[in-house]
Amino acid sequence: MFDLSGRKALVTGATGGIGGAVARALHAQGATVALSGTRAEKLEGLASELGERVFVVPANLSDMDAAEGLPGQAAEAMGGLDVLVANAGVTRDNLMMRMKPEDFDAVIDVNLRATWRMSKACLRGMMKARHGRIIAVSSVVGTTGNPGQTNYAASKAGLTGMIKSLAAEVASRGITANLIAPGFIATPMTDVLTDDQKAKIDDTIPAGRMGTPGEIAAAAVFLASDEAAYVTGSTIHVNGGMAMV
Amino acid sequence: MSDIAERVQKITVEHLDVDASKVEPKASFIDDLGADSLDIVELVMAFEEEFDIEIPDDAAETIQTVGDAIKFIEERKK
Repeated sequence: MFDLSGRKALVTGATGGIGGAVARALHAQGATVALSGTRAEKLEGLASELGERVFVVPANLSDMDAAEGLPGQAAEAMGGLDVLVANAGVTRDNLMMRMKPEDFDAVIDVNLRATWRMSKACLRGMMKARHGRIIAVSSVVGTTGNPGQTNYAASKAGLTGMIKSLAAEVASRGITANLIAPGFIATPMTDVLTDDQKAKIDDTIPAGRMGTPGEIAAAAVFLASDEAAYVTGSTIHVNGGMAMV
Repeated sequence: MSDIAERVQKITVEHLDVDASKVEPKASFIDDLGADSLDIVELVMAFEEEFDIEIPDDAAETIQTVGDAIKFIEERKK
């Protein structure tokens, strides 16, 4: 099950903890992967670790033209594109009273607008192929909200509406569109927290611990697989029971 | 039937899985040939590739019938 041999996947934000794990997992199931992110050197590092069936396509997704062009670049490199994992995201946290409009816009640009651009750019090829998987990495805060993250939570909730609508539009063509909503995941981003802060977070999670990037990647493997053909417009929440929605 | 009309008919038959005799100039893709909005998008994509032209979105919206498509493409290929 979940064999991805011959499938070609673009993973954005592959320099990050979750994106890297997703790329590794898809690759381990046999997929050819195109790694995208802003730091080319780090992508090259992951690419050499994976060895074969891997391409590097750096992009800055705050640039909408770059976002729109990325799937085409990846398809050219891999000889097709079956799976988009739109994982790249940024945060610029602050209380709304202190947040600058630019902080709102910058987060919406990368997390929501760029994902829309990339998804649109994938559709022509996927429609012709009568097959495609669009997977957006959302967040639990897109559902629950979170103080300090009016911009980030809005972008993630926006993804949900977008992906559900897209799922309805293209379901008849063998294309699925789904979301993965991680809760707290242990990544370099959470490494900076103190032990005390981490313990407080763990207390809010029924599972009693943060998730691992691999646990997000497992959901991505499932959604990318042929076995998930009938799953569309869904959100897989991977959060240790932190929010049961 | 002109060469363009023949190719438009062939593509329409293939994409919408309809009988060629129904694909006449006055046939509406949606009302007569059972196309939905996504079918129209796909047909336009197929016409673009077949005739190596670009059909902008605002023009695509005016293509309602088989005749509209033939006329648009004939004008572009002049």
